[in-house]
Amino acid sequence: MLLHDTALVFGRYARQTLRSRFAVLLGLLMPLLHLLFFGPLLTGLPLGGRGSSWQILVPGLLLQLALFGAAFAGFMIIVEKNLGIVERMRVTPVSRLALLLGRVLRDTAVLVVQSVLLVVAALVMGLRAPIWGILAGFAFVALLALSLASLSYAAAMRVRTPQEFGPAVNALIMPSMLLSGLMLPMSLGPRWLDVLSHAVPFRYLVDAMRDAYVGAYATGSMLYGALVALGLAAVAVTVGTRVFVRAGA
Amino acid sequence: MAIISTAGLARTFRTGNGPVEAVRGIDLTVREGEILGFLGPNGAGKTTTLRMLTTLLRPTGGAATVAGHDLVGDPAGVRRAVGYVAQSGGVDPQVPVREELVTQGRLYRLTRDQAVRRAAELAEDLGLTGLLDRRTSTLSGGQRRRLDIALGLTHRPKVLFLDEPTTGLDPASRADLWDLVRRLRDEHGTTVFLTTHYLDEADALADRLVVVDGGVVVAEGTPGALKLRHGGSIDATLQETFLAITGRGPAPAGSAPVSV
Ligand SMILES: Nc1ncnc2c1ncn2[C@@H]1O[C@H](COP(=O)(O)OP(=O)(O)O)[C@@H](O)[C@H]1O
Ligand SMILES: [Mg+2]
Repeated sequence: MLLHDTALVFGRYARQTLRSRFAVLLGLLMPLLHLLFFGPLLTGLPLGGRGSSWQILVPGLLLQLALFGAAFAGFMIIVEKNLGIVERMRVTPVSRLALLLGRVLRDTAVLVVQSVLLVVAALVMGLRAPIWGILAGFAFVALLALSLASLSYAAAMRVRTPQEFGPAVNALIMPSMLLSGLMLPMSLGPRWLDVLSHAVPFRYLVDAMRDAYVGAYATGSMLYGALVALGLAAVAVTVGTRVFVRAGA
Repeated sequence: MAIISTAGLARTFRTGNGPVEAVRGIDLTVREGEILGFLGPNGAGKTTTLRMLTTLLRPTGGAATVAGHDLVGDPAGVRRAVGYVAQSGGVDPQVPVREELVTQGRLYRLTRDQAVRRAAELAEDLGLTGLLDRRTSTLSGGQRRRLDIALGLTHRPKVLFLDEPTTGLDPASRADLWDLVRRLRDEHGTTVFLTTHYLDEADALADRLVVVDGGVVVAEGTPGALKLRHGGSIDATLQETFLAITGRGPAPAGSAPVSV
C-alpha cells in the first residue's frame, strides 16, 4: 500500500511539474549563470585541487542547485494547506508517509533532471570528468535533495503562511551555502573558516563530490561524504515521517 | 441506532498566547440517516469538532465512535466510513476536474479503471459531466462546491461531514445544494452532519439541530422543539430562538471564521 500510495502521490506532483516545465528551466538559471559568468574566471586560478577548475566548480553548483531547490520545497505545501488540499488527502485512507515520500521523490527527480542538464551545459563549457564520478555526483544530489525536501515539508507543515517560511529558510541556507565551500574550496581560506565549515554537513558532500569528479573514489572524503549524506537522509526522512504521521494531532 | 456518539469530546490548542479551549466537551449522538445541523456562532468550535470526528485532529479529551469505529483506536476505520468537505474545499486550481475525481478514487484505493468509472458516475450524479476537462479554477462557486462534495462522496461514505457548505453561494446554488443533501439521505441513507450559521438553512434542511457555543452544546432538538422551548412559541423565528440560546446572533460581524 505504501508503494501504491507513494506512486500515486508522486504521479500527482509529477504532473504538476510537467504543467510548469518553464519553472523547471527557470530553476536552472542561477547555476547556469554561475557556470557562464563565474566559471571562466576560475580557469587560470590556482585552486589547490586536482584537475581543472570545472571539476571543482561543477560539484559545488550541483549541490547549490539541490540546496536551494529542495530547501524551498515546503512552500508548495503551505499553499496546499491553505487550499484545503492537505486535509482533503489526509481524510482518505492514503498512507501518511506516502504523502511525504511522493512529494519528496518528485522534488528529487526534478533536481536530478536539472543536474543532468547542468552537467551537459558544463561539458560544453569545458568540463571533463570520469563518467562514474559524474554518476556518483548525481547520487549525492539525489540524497541531499531527498533530505532537505523532507525537512522542508516537515517545517512547512508547522507554518501558516509562506511569508514566515521564506525568510527562515533563507536565513538557514545562505550561511550553510557560504560555509560549506560550494563556490570555492574552503581549504583556500584561513584555518578558522576551514574548521568552522566542518560543522556544516554539506561540506562533506562537496568534498566527496570533488573527489568523485577527479576519479579519486577510495578516499577519506568519499567515505565521510557518503556517510554524512546517508545519515542526513535517514534523519531527515525520520523527522518528516514523524511530522506527517502526527500532523494536526 | 446511533452512527456517531461522542462523550466529552474536547480539544485544546496550545498557542503562543497560551492554551485555546476550542472545544470543551461535546456530548452528542447522531442517528443513522439523519441530517444533523450543527449550529453556532463563529469560533464556537464547529470546525474543530468536525476535524476531530474525521480523524484530522486528535482530541485532547473525551471519546467518540463514528460508524462503529473508535475515533482514536481505529482512525483508518473511521476514514473509510466518512467523507469530509471542508469549508475551503480542497481542490488544486490548476488540476482538471476529471483528474481530481480520479485521484480521489485512487486515494480511496480504487483501481485505475474503477476510479475512472466512479469519476464518470459522480460527474453524472452531481452535474459535472460537461466540466470534466476544465481546470477547477474555471468553475463557478456552485460548480466548485459540487465538485468538493463529489470528492467527499467518492467512496460512498456512510456519514458525510459538510462544513458550511453553502457559505458564499448564490441563492440558486444554495437551493441546489439543499436538494442534493436531501437526495443523498433519501436515496442512499447517508447520514449528513453539516455545520452552518445560516438559520434558514438549518431550519429548511436539518432534522435535528445541535447548537454549540463556546465549545459546548447549549441546546439541541428539532427546529420546532427549539423554537418552542427557547423562542417562546413554535412560530418564533430560528433567529429569535438562537438569540435566546446564545445571547447573540449566529454570525457576529468582524469575526472571520478560522479556516485551517
Ligand atoms: N489550529 C488552531 N490553533 C489555535 N486556535 C485554533 C485553531 N483552530 C481553531 N482555533 C480556535 O478555536 C476556536 C474554535 O474555532 P473553530 O472550530 O474554527 O470555530 P467555528 O468553526 O465554529 O467557527 C476559535 O477560537 C479558533 O480561533
Ligand atoms: Mg468553521
